This record gives sequence, structure tokens and C-alpha cells, in this order.
Amino acid sequence: MIANIGLAALWFAAGLALLQFLAGAQGLTAKGGVLAALVRPVAIMQGALIGLSFIVLVVLFWITDLSVLLVAKNSHSAKPLIYKLAGTWGNHEGSMLLWATVMGLAGAFVAWIERRLPERTVLATLAAQAFVSLGFYAFLLFASNPFTRLDPVPAEGMGLNPLLQDPGLAFHPPTLYIGYVGLSVAFSFAVGALLTREVGPAFARAMRPWVLASWIFLTIGITAGSYWAYYELGWGGWWFWDPVENASLMPWLAATALLHSVSVLAARDALRTWTIMLGVVAFSMSMLGTFLVRSGILTSVHAFAVDPTRGAFILVLLALYIGGALCLFAIRANTINEGKQFTVASREGALVFNNVMLSGILGIVLIGTLYPLLAETMGDKVSVGPPYFNSVGAVFTIPMLIVLAVGPMLRWRRDSFTRIRPVMVLPALVAFGAAVICAVAGVALLPLLGVALGMGLAFASLLPLHGRKLRTVKLPVWGMVIAHFGIAVALFGMASDAAFTKERLVAAKPGDTVAVGPWQVTFQTIAPVAGPNWTAMEATLQARHSGGSAKELHPQARTFWAPVQETNESALATRWNGQLYAVLGDQGEDGRWQLRLWWKPFVTLIWYGGLLIALGGFLAMLGRLASDLRRVVAKDKIAYRRMRQGR
Amino acid sequence: MSGAIKAKHQRLVLVVIALVALIGAGLLAAWSLRSQASFFYLPSEMVANPPEPDRPVRLGGMVEAGSLKTDADGVTIRFVLWDDKGRVPVEFKGIVPDLFQEGSGAVAEGKRRADGTFVADNLLAKHDEKYVPREMKNMTADQARQVVEQTK
Repeated sequence: MIANIGLAALWFAAGLALLQFLAGAQGLTAKGGVLAALVRPVAIMQGALIGLSFIVLVVLFWITDLSVLLVAKNSHSAKPLIYKLAGTWGNHEGSMLLWATVMGLAGAFVAWIERRLPERTVLATLAAQAFVSLGFYAFLLFASNPFTRLDPVPAEGMGLNPLLQDPGLAFHPPTLYIGYVGLSVAFSFAVGALLTREVGPAFARAMRPWVLASWIFLTIGITAGSYWAYYELGWGGWWFWDPVENASLMPWLAATALLHSVSVLAARDALRTWTIMLGVVAFSMSMLGTFLVRSGILTSVHAFAVDPTRGAFILVLLALYIGGALCLFAIRANTINEGKQFTVASREGALVFNNVMLSGILGIVLIGTLYPLLAETMGDKVSVGPPYFNSVGAVFTIPMLIVLAVGPMLRWRRDSFTRIRPVMVLPALVAFGAAVICAVAGVALLPLLGVALGMGLAFASLLPLHGRKLRTVKLPVWGMVIAHFGIAVALFGMASDAAFTKERLVAAKPGDTVAVGPWQVTFQTIAPVAGPNWTAMEATLQARHSGGSAKELHPQARTFWAPVQETNESALATRWNGQLYAVLGDQGEDGRWQLRLWWKPFVTLIWYGGLLIALGGFLAMLGRLASDLRRVVAKDKIAYRRMRQGR
Repeated sequence: MSGAIKAKHQRLVLVVIALVALIGAGLLAAWSLRSQASFFYLPSEMVANPPEPDRPVRLGGMVEAGSLKTDADGVTIRFVLWDDKGRVPVEFKGIVPDLFQEGSGAVAEGKRRADGTFVADNLLAKHDEKYVPREMKNMTADQARQVVEQTK
């Protein structure tokens, strides 16, 4: 019965989205529509209904209602509660419902709080948001209904892919989705601004919190996903340039560029069309990512749907929205003034450079991701891997990182490089010194550049605080400094992992000791253990770092029984300067067990860096929201005073 | 490069810079994809038309029954990937994926050594019906029959 409530709520939400779109469009006509007043309340209602629909699905998974096809296919009564709940979005239909839910809630939120922009722009934005939502509602209702019933009701569900039964799953997809879909608001703002031609600092200030919030969630989602892949897959890597990973990286790159250009627009009223363009591109990348992941044309643990009609449906939506927005852009871009001027040596100049480089990286990743798909249509089966992405991406990443070090020191509008040269000497020396040390140690070129740039950038990113009273530094500046410092930290971790990792692969029996890097690892015992829905062979390893105190590691070779599948659970020993990573393999005929050990110096900095980047974004957003709030309060006070004086 | 660029030229300059960078990215990508994309081979294709040594490629076929051997070090495995018209010996050092076994399909990523052995640095196997390497979807269908006949 509950399932019907969810389905009804979904239909009503879709109907309201249609109404919201029509009322918004009518409100934009020259006469000014009578329906315009409906748009905001309808948007809020729509958000509430789609939210209800999603909650219903969560409840269905919670109580394991096997009369619902989706639950029966993806859940099992013996599954731990957290994975029952997380299973809601661990499948195609549920994840698309989550997508529509986030979009609906975001639209409702805009309708509820956005009061600074001209009403026409808000109408256009909400109409655009509803138009995009409609496509996803249609997709849900006609091609991916999450509430389809099953008759007769099966005795037990089929369970969830064991690779997905991990605390990371409870957290990773919703985080990424909020990021993806939050960009839909930036997209709708951009479309709204194109329709009304009202682009300026006020518009940028309205759009910025959405871009920042989406970007923060994307950053956390990518960081968490990377760590999840690192310890769950047991391959010792943290990024595989898998198309699915690229699908999340591309919106992040576009959002990063957008975040910087929207700041220029808010502060200096420049880069108007460029910001609009990026708003369109960023959400297009979200949708493209969804298409790649959900259409089933990719092979991956993420590819739930292997149904060609769904792929075609998403492709049509994609063409409609991206194509439509780009056409609108082409028609309207000329009618928007470009805004204020600046010189090359200025903050704006550096940010333009950063934007162009980010777009270049985005292009490189996009081409590398799509090329195998295009080649396949011509009969060639190819795959594109790290050699391409790392080396070609570096061509754009390295200049961008150098400008990242210099840009924050430049003044707005007009400055000179000679003015800031003295303060840049120290970071340059640090980078150069690190490069020399690495070169002597025989580190390969790319990791060497990574270590050197990471060290130099770590210093350079703190320079904007130099000579200022820390208590007077504003939150957005703290945010920028911390986020840039996070980039340096993550970069150093990546380069260190690439340059200094030690690996051992051995067949060992209990009692053997294996050396890897500074560690002595003793294989003590191996014994069977059991979990709620799996059994495993668990090894006990004693790891000792350079004769220090011993740590115990318990890597497992697990066998899940619903559905039947084997996984290798890695075990980690973390020190301040890196991680020891252990994987238990198979038992050979002679009774020895395969053991794979890595010593990865400073690898954890990759994810700490990611978290710092997100923290920086969070501080910046807090600062911006606080000053927005102050501005609103001040306006109200003035209005109130005027009203009293008027009396 | 100082002095403000003329007002009406600024947008043009920005557009040109962006276009140059994007076209540059495109050309660079196209050029390096030619040398760095790794092609997919069936065993018969690799026998008939071997790739140059040291070029990373992928090789997909069935693991021949009775060919799987482990070296004395306990971690190096050797097996033969085959299809109806060719056999290629493969060497792999590492932990094999869970569903890797004789008689089922696998994709090896690596390079062909001059002596004809394929040295894999990664192996992909059929995980379950939800997770099949893309290249193997058609192949296993064609070859399942032969495998059944051969292992009868």
C-alpha cells in the first residue's frame, strides 16, 4: 500500500513541475502572466511531494517490502539496516529518484528564499528548473519506475552487490548527487539570465552559494569515492581514470572554473558571458556523467542499467537540454554586455587563465572518456588509461598550478608581476629545492614535478595571509587559502604515492616475514570468520615499522552468500607518514597464501587535501552567506527607518 | 603586456584565448590518443597481426582448460587465452580476480613480449551477470558452445 503513496506523490510532483514550467513561461510573456504568482508556491509543493516519494522508497527498503520489484531485486531481509537504507540509492531506479528529489528540493529552496533578484529572473530560473525536472520525471515514470509491484511476492530478495555493502556507499552517492544536481540550479540561473538578459553582480551573488555548495559536495563525494575505491577494490590505487570516475571529475572541473568566474562577476562585474557559459557547461557535464554511468554503455560497478531504451531516453534528454541551452546561449550571448575591463597582470587575468586551463583539462578528460565509445561505433575496441590522462592532463595542470600560486597575490583590475616578485621567491626556491632532491633520488618526471609544485604551492598558498592580522582576515579569504593549501597537500600526496610506493607480492605461509619499505610484516595465522551475510578467511599480520611497536592487520578473502560473490577486503595500517596496505589473495596448491603489500608514503594526504579543499569551500560559503545576510538586514533596517520617517 | 585592452576588443581576445586553448587541448588529445589508446585484441587477431612489443593493449579470450600453472614463487601464474583461431600464452604476477578460472572468459591488460608471451599487469574476469567487461559480452556468447564441447 505504501508503495502506491510513493507513486502517487511522484505523479503529482511531475504534474506540478509541468504547471510550474507553464506558469513561469506565461509569466515571462510580454503581457506579464496572471499565473506568475503561482510559480513559487508550486515549486515548494513540488519539492515537498518528490521528497515524500523518496521517503516512501526509503521506508519500503527499510521494511524490506518484497512486493516492490526494486526492493526484491536489490535487497535482502538479512542485510544490515544501514545497507537496507543505503540500498535505496544503490540501484538505477532509486538513484534516479534521488536525482529528481534533489532537483525538486533545490528548486523549492530557490523559490522559498531567493528574494534579491528581479522577479522575472526568478520566474525564468524556476521555469527552467521545472523544465529540466520534467524530463527526469518522465524518465522515472515511463522508463524507470521505482515503485513497480511484483506479483506473486517472492519469499526473499536477491540482495545487494557486495562491493556496494560498505559504509562508503551510505554516504558517497547522495553526496555526489547533491553536487551534480545542485549545479542544475546554476544551470537554471544561467538559462534564466539568458532569457531576461539580467546578468551582473547581484545575479552572481545569487548564483554563488549554489555553485559553492555543489562544488563542496562534489569535492567530498569525489574524495570519498576515491578512498572507497582505494580500500575496497584492493588494487592499491586511488584513481583509475575509469569513465565513471571521470564522469564525476568533469562536473567538478567545470564547477571549479565556474566558482572562480562567478567570483569575478560578483566582485568586478566582468566575465559575464563566460560565467553563463560555464553555468550551462557544468550541469551539462553532470547530465553527461549520468548518461555515461546510467545508460549501461560503460562497464562498471556503477552501471546498473543494461537497458538500451533507458540509455536512449537519457541521451534524448541530454541532447534536448544541453543542445537547447547552447542554442539559447548562441542566440542571446551577443546581447549581454561583457562588463568591466582588466589587464593581463591582474587578479581577473589570473582567473581567466585558470578558467581556460581548467577548460583545457576538462576537454582532455572529456575526449579521453568519449573516444573509446566513438571508436567502438567504428568497430575499434580501445581503452584509454593513465598514460594518456596523466601526461596530457599535466600539460594544462602544471601551468594552472603555477598561476594558482601567483594569482591570489595580484590585485584586481591592474597590477604588475614585478610588484609581487619578491614574495614569490621563497615558494619558487622551495619548489626548486624539492625538484633537485627528487631528481637526485631518481624520481620520474611527473611525480618530481608534482612533489616540487606541491611543496612550492603549500608555501605560496599561505602568502595571502602574510603581513595581515589573522583575526581581521575575512572568511572567504581563509576559505581560498585553505582550499588552495588543500590542493597543494593533495598534489603532494599523489606525487609521493607515485614516486615512493614500495610493493611486495609473495606467497607466504604462517610464520613467514616479509619486508616492504621500512616495514617487517609477519604472517601469523589464518582462520575462518563469519559476518552477517558473509564468511571469510582472515589472516592476522603483525606489522612493525623500523623496529617500532607492532600493529595487527586483518585482511580478508570474503565470500558473500546473497548474492554469491567473493571480495578481497584490504587491511590498512596508518602512520602519520603513510599507509601500509595489505591484501590477502588465494591459497596455492602448496598451501601458501598470496599476500600483496604496499608501503605508500604520505598517501593519506590525498584525501586530507580533498577534505581541506572542501573545508575551504565551506568557509568561503559561510562568509558569503553571512555578508549576504548582513546586506539583507541592513536593507530592511533602512526600509523600516524610511517607513517610520514617512509617518 | 600592460595597459588596458580596448573595451570592445576584450571579449574578442578572451574568446580567441579560450578557442586557442580548447583547440590546442583537442589536438594534443588527438595526437596522444593515437599513440596511447590501448586496442583490444582477440587471441586470433594477436596471432595473425601482433602489436609492436611494449605497446599497451588488451587481450580478451577464454582461459584454456588445463593451461593454468603457478610458478614456484607462488605468485606468477601462466595460462593460455584462446579463441577458435588462436592461442596466446599469458604471464601474470598478482592476485587473480575472484571469478578467474579455466574455461571462462578473461581480459588481460598489458604488453606482448618479443617472444610472443603476453605479459599482463592487470586481469579482468567475468564478475557476475551485472558486471561483464564490455568487450566480452559478445565473445562469450559465441564461444560458450566451443568451451562446452572442449571440456566435455
